[in-house]
Amino acid sequence: MKDFIEGSEAVARAVCLCKPGVISAYPITPQTHIVEGLAQMVADGRLKCQFVNVESEHSAASVVLGAVAAGERVFTASSSQGLILMSEVIFNIAGMRMPVVLACVNRSLSAPINIWNDLQDSMALRDSGWVQLYAENNQEALDLTIQAYRLAEDSRALVPVMVCLDGYVLSHGLEVVDIPEEDKVAQFLPPFNPAEKLDTANPKSFGLLAGPDYYLEIRHDLHQAVKDTLKLIPEITADFKRIFGRDSGGLVESYRLEDAEMAIVSAGSVCGTIKDTVDNLRAEGKKVGLLRIITYRPFPEELILQALAKVPMVAILDKAISLGATGPIYADLKAAFQGKPGKKISGYIAGLGGRDITPDTIKEIFQQLAGPEVSNQFIGLKSSF
Amino acid sequence: MRIKLTAEPGSARNNKTGSWRVERRPQFLQKNCSACRMCILVCPEGIVSGKEKNSFKTDYLYCKGCGLCAAVCPKKDIEMVPEETESKK
Amino acid sequence: MPEHLLSPGHTACAGCAQSLAARLVLDAAGPNTIIVNNTGCLEVFSTAYPDTAWEVPFIHSLFENAAAVASGVEAALRQNGKLSETRVISQAGDGGTADIGLQALSGMWERGHDILSICYDNEAYMNTGIQRSGLTPTYTSTSTSPASKSSTGNPRPKKNVVEIAVAHGIPYVATASAGFPLDLQKKVKKAMAIRGPKFLHVHVPCPLGWRHEPDQTYQIARLAVETGLFPMIEFENGKISGRYLIAKLKPVEDYLKPQGRFRHLFKPGAEAALKEIQEIANRNIERYGLVKTAT
Ligand SMILES: Cc1ncc(C[n+]2csc(CCOP(=O)(O)OP(=O)(O)O)c2C)c(N)n1
Ligand code: SF4
Ligand code: SF4
Ligand SMILES: [Mg+2]
Repeated sequence: MKDFIEGSEAVARAVCLCKPGVISAYPITPQTHIVEGLAQMVADGRLKCQFVNVESEHSAASVVLGAVAAGERVFTASSSQGLILMSEVIFNIAGMRMPVVLACVNRSLSAPINIWNDLQDSMALRDSGWVQLYAENNQEALDLTIQAYRLAEDSRALVPVMVCLDGYVLSHGLEVVDIPEEDKVAQFLPPFNPAEKLDTANPKSFGLLAGPDYYLEIRHDLHQAVKDTLKLIPEITADFKRIFGRDSGGLVESYRLEDAEMAIVSAGSVCGTIKDTVDNLRAEGKKVGLLRIITYRPFPEELILQALAKVPMVAILDKAISLGATGPIYADLKAAFQGKPGKKISGYIAGLGGRDITPDTIKEIFQQLAGPEVSNQFIGLKSSF
Repeated sequence: MRIKLTAEPGSARNNKTGSWRVERRPQFLQKNCSACRMCILVCPEGIVSGKEKNSFKTDYLYCKGCGLCAAVCPKKDIEMVPEETESKK
Repeated sequence: MPEHLLSPGHTACAGCAQSLAARLVLDAAGPNTIIVNNTGCLEVFSTAYPDTAWEVPFIHSLFENAAAVASGVEAALRQNGKLSETRVISQAGDGGTADIGLQALSGMWERGHDILSICYDNEAYMNTGIQRSGLTPTYTSTSTSPASKSSTGNPRPKKNVVEIAVAHGIPYVATASAGFPLDLQKKVKKAMAIRGPKFLHVHVPCPLGWRHEPDQTYQIARLAVETGLFPMIEFENGKISGRYLIAKLKPVEDYLKPQGRFRHLFKPGAEAALKEIQEIANRNIERYGLVKTAT
C-alpha cells in the first residue's frame, strides 16, 4: 500500500509492523512525531504493547534495556540532547549485547541550542558498539527500521541498531512510501526469541564486572560482532528484496562512479541533493559521482576502497565534526586509504545546525576538490557575521 | 556470541573466601546452644547450618571470620579462636 | 533450591551488613524474584565475572538506572503475562538511591510500576572509597568531608528519602535495619504482597567505611535504632502505620563512639556537635513517636 507520509510516520508504521512488546521514549524535537504516532497506535489498540512514558531519555534507554533483557522486542527514539543524555546507556546496551532498535532523528548539538538537522548527535556515538544505518529518504527509513530488527536479533549478531534519519528533512517531510503488508513482515522477521533472558526458571546474572583478565576479550568480541554484521547486512537486504521486491538498505551505494574523476562521499538525505547535482554536472560532461554510506558502523572499508579505487579525487561531505580535528567520515576514509597513495582526499564540513546544503554547495565542493587538498574545510561560512 | 556474558546461579561458590581468614575463626562449642538460629540469621555469608540444639556449624571453606555469629550468640556458645591453633570443627 | 538465594563466595568485606541484608531480603522474597541492581558495593562484590552469587535472575546496568531498567523488566513481564508470578526488586546503595538515582526512582514510583525498590544505606559512596553522599549523616568524617582542623566532617543533615518516597503517594514505604533481621524479612514479605511501587530503606553498617570491627555490625545497627538516629517506621498509603518503639532509649554517644568516622566528635571542643546530633535524634523521636509516652 502506498501512502504520502512523513519520515516519522514511516518509522512508526515500520515499528508497528514489527510488533514490539515495550516502547519507551521521551519527547524531543524533531523525534516526537514518531513516538506520538506509536502512542496513538497503542491507544487505538492497533499495537498491543507496553508504552512506558519516562522522565528522561536516560530512563527511556534503560527501560528498553530492561525489557529486551526480559525477552521483549523493544523500540525507542531520540534526537540530539536526548541521544547524548542516553549515551551512557547506549554504550551499556551494546556492551551487554542487547538487540535494541533506536531511531535517531538527527539534530545538531547544543550550544548554541538549535533544533535543526545535522549528524553531530549520532556521529558522536559512533564508537558505542551500535550498528548505525543512515536513511536517504522516507522509504529507506521504513525499510531500514524493519531490517534493523532482523539484524539486531540475529543470534549471530546480537548488537543494537540505530536507524538515523535527518530531522525535519525526512522526519517532517512528506514522501510517497510503500508500506509493506503485515504477513510479509512476519515472513521476513521471525519472532524475538533470545537464547538467554531474565527468567526465574533459568536464573542467570547479566551485567557482570569484568576485570583486566576478561575485559579485553569481551570488548574484542563485541568489536568482532559489530564487524561481522558487514556479512549479515547483504544477506538481510537480499532476503528483504526477495520478500518485498525492492532493493533497500545495504552497506554503501555507488552512484555514477563508473568512470568518475571526482566523487563525494556522504550519508543521509543530503545524498539526494548530491545525486541531482551529479546528474546535472554529468549532463554538462563532468565526470562526477557519489558514494553514499548507508552503514556507517561497522565501517564498510573494503567496499569503499573498491568503489573508489579508480576515482582520483574524493571529497568527503561531513555534516558533523570532531571539533579540533576533522569530520568523522573523513577521518575514517583517510585511515582506510592509508598506504594507498596517488589519490586526493579532501574533507569538507557543511550543513551544521540546519544550514541548507543546496546544489550550489555541492558544486562548490567539486570546484574546491580540484584545488589543494584540505582536511576540514567549512563550506558556506559567511564572510561577515 | 563467542564469549558468554552471563553467569550461572550461585557460581560465586568457586571463590573460596575462607582463605581470607587470617586471625580468628568461629568455634561452635555445641554445649549450651538453644537452637535460637541467631547465628544462621546474621552470618553475612549464609553458611551457618544446623537444626537441633548443639548441632550448629559453619563452612570454613567460605567463613571470613567476621565474628558476627559469635557476637550475637546469646549463650556465648560460639567462640572466636586463633586461626592456627585449633583444629577445624 | 539452595537454602539461601545469595550464595557464599561473594567478596563483601567481612562483617558487611549490606551483604547480610541483601541475603535476608532475597531469602524473604523467594526464588520468583528478578533483581535489578545499581552499580555499588553490592553489585561489585556479588558479580565478578565469570561468577555470580545470585541464585535468581539478576541484571546490573549502570549506577543510576536500576529503577528504569526494572521498569522495563516489569513492563516486559506485564506484556508477556508473567507479572502475576514474578516479582521485581530494584536495589541500590544510598548514593544510587537518593542522589544520582533519585530521578529514575522518582519516575518509577510515579508511574506506579509493580516493583519493590530497596535502598541499602551505608551512608556514603563506599564502593569508590567512602565519599560523602546525600544520606551521610551530620558530622560524619568521610573521604570528601574529612574532619580536620577547620572541619567537623559532613556539614549537612541526612536527606529524608523516606518522606520523599511517601510524597509520591506509593502504597508502602518502610525503613528496616540489618540489626533487626526478622523485622526486615517481615517487611519484605509484606511489601511483596502489595501490588504497585514499594520502597524499603535498610540501614546497613559498613565496617570499612564506618571504621568499626566487623563483629560490631549487628550491635551498631541496633544502636542506630535505639538512639533514635535511624527511625524504624512504616507508611501505608501515605500515613504512618508502624513504628519500632524504643524500649530503652540510649544516648547517641553509645552509637557514635565505636565508629571511627565519628572519632573527632569525642575530642575536646566537639561538644556542640555532639549535642546537635542528640537533637537530631530527639527530633526523630518526636516526629515519629519512637518512645512510648504516658498519655
Ligand atoms: C555515572 C557514574 N558516576 C559515578 C560512578 C562511580 N561509582 C560507582 S559505585 C559508586 C558509589 C556507590 O555508592 P552507593 O550507591 O552508596 O553504594 P555503596 O557502594 O556505598 O554500597 C560510585 C560513585 C559510576 N559508576 N557511574
Ligand atoms: S565468623 Fe562470620 S562468616 Fe564465619 S560463620 Fe560466623 S558470621 Fe559467618
Ligand atoms: S565497603 Fe562496606 S558496604 Fe562495601 S563491601 Fe565493604 S563493608 Fe560492605
Ligand atoms: Mg553507600
